[in-house]
Amino acid sequence: MEIGFTLNGRHVEVSCKPSTLLSDLIREQLSLTGTHVGCDTSQCGACVVHLNGDSVKSCTVLAVAADDGEVRTVEGLCAVDGTLHPMQQAFHENHGLQCGFCTPGMLMSAIDLVKHIPDPTEAEIREWLEGNICRCTGYQNIVKSIIAGAAAMRTAS
Amino acid sequence: MSEVIGIGASPKRKEDARFVRGRGTYVADIKRPDMLVGAFLRSPHAHAYLKSVDVSDALAAPGVVAVYTGEDLKKDNVGGLPVGWGISGKDGNPMKEPPHPPIAVGKVRYVGDAVAFVVAETTDQAEAAAELIRVDYDVLPAVVGVVDALRAGAPAVYDDIEDNLCCDWDLGDAAAVEAAFREAAHVASVELVNNRLIGNPLEPRAAIGEYNFATGQYTLWTTSQFPHVVRLLMGEFVLHIPQHKLRVVAPDVGGGFGVKQFHYAEEAIVTWAAGKLGRPVKWVARRSEGFISDAHGRDHVTEAELAVDENGKFLAMRVKTLANMGAYLSTFGPNIPTNLYAPLLSGVYRIPAIYCEVKCVFTNTVPVDAYRGAGRPEATFVVERLVDLAAREMGIDKIDIRRRNMIPKEAYPYQTPVIVEYDSGDPMGCLDRAEELADVAGFEARRAEAAARGKFRGLGVSTYVEACGLAPSRLAIGLGARSGLYESATVRVHPSGAVTVLIGTHNHGQGHETTFAQIVSQQLGVPFQDIDIVFGDTDRVQHGLGTYGSRSLVVGGAALSRAGDKVILKGRKIAAHQLEASVDDIIFENGEFSVAGTDRKKTFKEIAGSAYVPGNYPLETLEPGLEEQAYYDPINFTYPGGAHFAEIEIDPDTGIVTLERYTAVDDVGTIINPMIVEGQLHGGIVQGIGQALFEHGVYDQSSGQLLSGSFMDYCMPRADNMPQIVLEPHSTPCAHTPMGVKGCGECGTIGSPAAVMSAVVDALKPLGVSHVDMPATPNHIWNIIRNSRAQIAAE
Repeated sequence: MEIGFTLNGRHVEVSCKPSTLLSDLIREQLSLTGTHVGCDTSQCGACVVHLNGDSVKSCTVLAVAADDGEVRTVEGLCAVDGTLHPMQQAFHENHGLQCGFCTPGMLMSAIDLVKHIPDPTEAEIREWLEGNICRCTGYQNIVKSIIAGAAAMRTAS
Repeated sequence: MSEVIGIGASPKRKEDARFVRGRGTYVADIKRPDMLVGAFLRSPHAHAYLKSVDVSDALAAPGVVAVYTGEDLKKDNVGGLPVGWGISGKDGNPMKEPPHPPIAVGKVRYVGDAVAFVVAETTDQAEAAAELIRVDYDVLPAVVGVVDALRAGAPAVYDDIEDNLCCDWDLGDAAAVEAAFREAAHVASVELVNNRLIGNPLEPRAAIGEYNFATGQYTLWTTSQFPHVVRLLMGEFVLHIPQHKLRVVAPDVGGGFGVKQFHYAEEAIVTWAAGKLGRPVKWVARRSEGFISDAHGRDHVTEAELAVDENGKFLAMRVKTLANMGAYLSTFGPNIPTNLYAPLLSGVYRIPAIYCEVKCVFTNTVPVDAYRGAGRPEATFVVERLVDLAAREMGIDKIDIRRRNMIPKEAYPYQTPVIVEYDSGDPMGCLDRAEELADVAGFEARRAEAAARGKFRGLGVSTYVEACGLAPSRLAIGLGARSGLYESATVRVHPSGAVTVLIGTHNHGQGHETTFAQIVSQQLGVPFQDIDIVFGDTDRVQHGLGTYGSRSLVVGGAALSRAGDKVILKGRKIAAHQLEASVDDIIFENGEFSVAGTDRKKTFKEIAGSAYVPGNYPLETLEPGLEEQAYYDPINFTYPGGAHFAEIEIDPDTGIVTLERYTAVDDVGTIINPMIVEGQLHGGIVQGIGQALFEHGVYDQSSGQLLSGSFMDYCMPRADNMPQIVLEPHSTPCAHTPMGVKGCGECGTIGSPAAVMSAVVDALKPLGVSHVDMPATPNHIWNIIRNSRAQIAAE
């Protein structure tokens, strides 16, 4: 099937099978490997991207669902000159990552959280992250990062 | 930040720059030209003879290039997977060490044992073709638990190994222990299970093999914590590739926790297949495949007793453990429940006599090996459960009994009765401060308040010590290690004065690119931003043993600091020539070489430049260039330790355990980067909490199927069931490492299971519960509450 969509601000046209997963399309065909796959049961959340502005687990979305839509991956967060998105900066400042594997999904989930709840409480953050597993940090600095990132996003907007 | 950032500062991590942008390079991200993809057919049976494996339909399937079985590898002289650490039993005989073919030959021994490897143009094609392989299995009865495996008449995992016994090992003075038990005023005893865990680093394992016909060079990209060791084990023992013709690259690795510190079959198979096919071959584990092929951890059944005198002083300890090895010996499998377990049974206490017997047992399960903590959490759990029980049975406060028996700060170095000598520590200081921070004084009020709400509240405590910084080679080799355990580092000073470090440890979340740069920045006075750390590539880094056992900073950092010393020494010689002084008069401070007592000086940068443009240089006596290498072999283990308090609440209606507070005071020696140490402790503590409350690798007893085979069935800590953790360091510098560091990667995982379970048992004390096995899942706790209440009602 031929599909076309906006990927991190640029238009792409690709051909894929009806069964191709969005995560595979992004990683294998479009070579944006920042989106990670950590499980096969939609539990870990390392593959979270934004589809038409909402966070989705790209391992559980068919690529064709992106047709005519807009996809944003972790690679699309920072500016062209490399300047970090406030949430990326907050993860860096607060040691919100260790091995980096869950980080793309955490960032994409966190940004979507702030879209829904601009000033989230710790409990709201922890509940929102139910679908994102981190095996390294114990979540403490991720929560701290998201509180800081949300504040920075509020200031920026 | 163009300045020196040294020891004790918390600069933000260098490695974050790529990870937060999604620009890391993990093995699954790598594509090689003309690359093929492989998929495994794995045994659905726990135990079966392979009567035939017919691959003809698979070979004919679209896109399939090759299908390999165990027989194909055997015919090509591919060796078995070697064990890196051998042990000997009580009788002096070596452990049973059956062959471990990369793909099963003749018999499969666990669900997940590889049966065939399909190589095709795409993943879909390889996976579809694997389904077409026809295997005729003659299914045999299986055994998955250690107690069952030792029973007379149990299914034999190996026809020629009696009682499924790999090794009957012991440590300590049995006679002294027996004598002490005869004198005891009280004996506390416990039977416990240390639950099987599945490490699940978030990045699944992956490997790519490549062969260059023109040079005869093989390359393996792999998700490994120790690429040089894979090069040694795979090159020498499995594929017989000379080491100079084999490059192993472990690029960014998404978490390890021990799971990635073994040489796995898949690494050898993709490398071998690439050589056969002349094209790169890639394999990436599905998570469900990881569950049945990543080595598991823990899985002990233990009986332990503590002899105590009338004053609550410990006299002796006796421990009998059955340790599950799984179906084959993994790289360090037999070492974990023996050498990394029994020597830690003294904990932070004076226990005059200890005797420990360990039976390592084969079963029809995935091989068991090191998982974060590796033997030491198991030992801590045994010791701390016994101490809690002794306190309770003798009517002594559980914190008080710990104080009565702790090794006082002044008594270090302290020789335990089980090999190890602790060089430094202050467990009492850790306990005192943790007790304060945890507000133990206010606990009874909190318990009463919870009771008013119908909840059981409990306070738990644990103290621990671990042996880290693996390891003094001589001691380790004496205990059966088949390799040295030193580390190496090269400090390459560029003509500009910038530095590249090449180091044999591996960074997969620990922040080495930052911590090691701080060490160099302070030592050489080079700006932090001008230092890069290179690791994970056997063609770039001279040699190394990798990252495990909290060794990177302790052993690798020491090698790095030694290499830095050599750079300074050479710099002094260059400076002496240029400043017309004797070498002995040249001092190096704050990045400057100067003549003592004068203002004549040269900067580090000037000296680096002149080493490469040697116009004014002592060429007659000194080679140009400024690059030094050092190897460091530690003289002892290091012994981090600490005291942890956990406070939990149990809802008796649901059995749900809620962690309310967690406090840890840890002694990790000198701290290079406090931010990173805190992060390591957070992660470690939460993994230990995972063991205590959620995680359990469960096999069906009769079929040998892994029931907890996905993230839906194997519960790991999530953000919403973890509390804020309160941490404080209480450091005593290590007496023998160059910077006084002790290591911090495993501390949390060692201290926290015992603390949490102490709290769970404390909460259930009103019901007469004296021990609860891990994990304390709602179902488990609800049943305990129901049964205890029924028993109370019956009495």
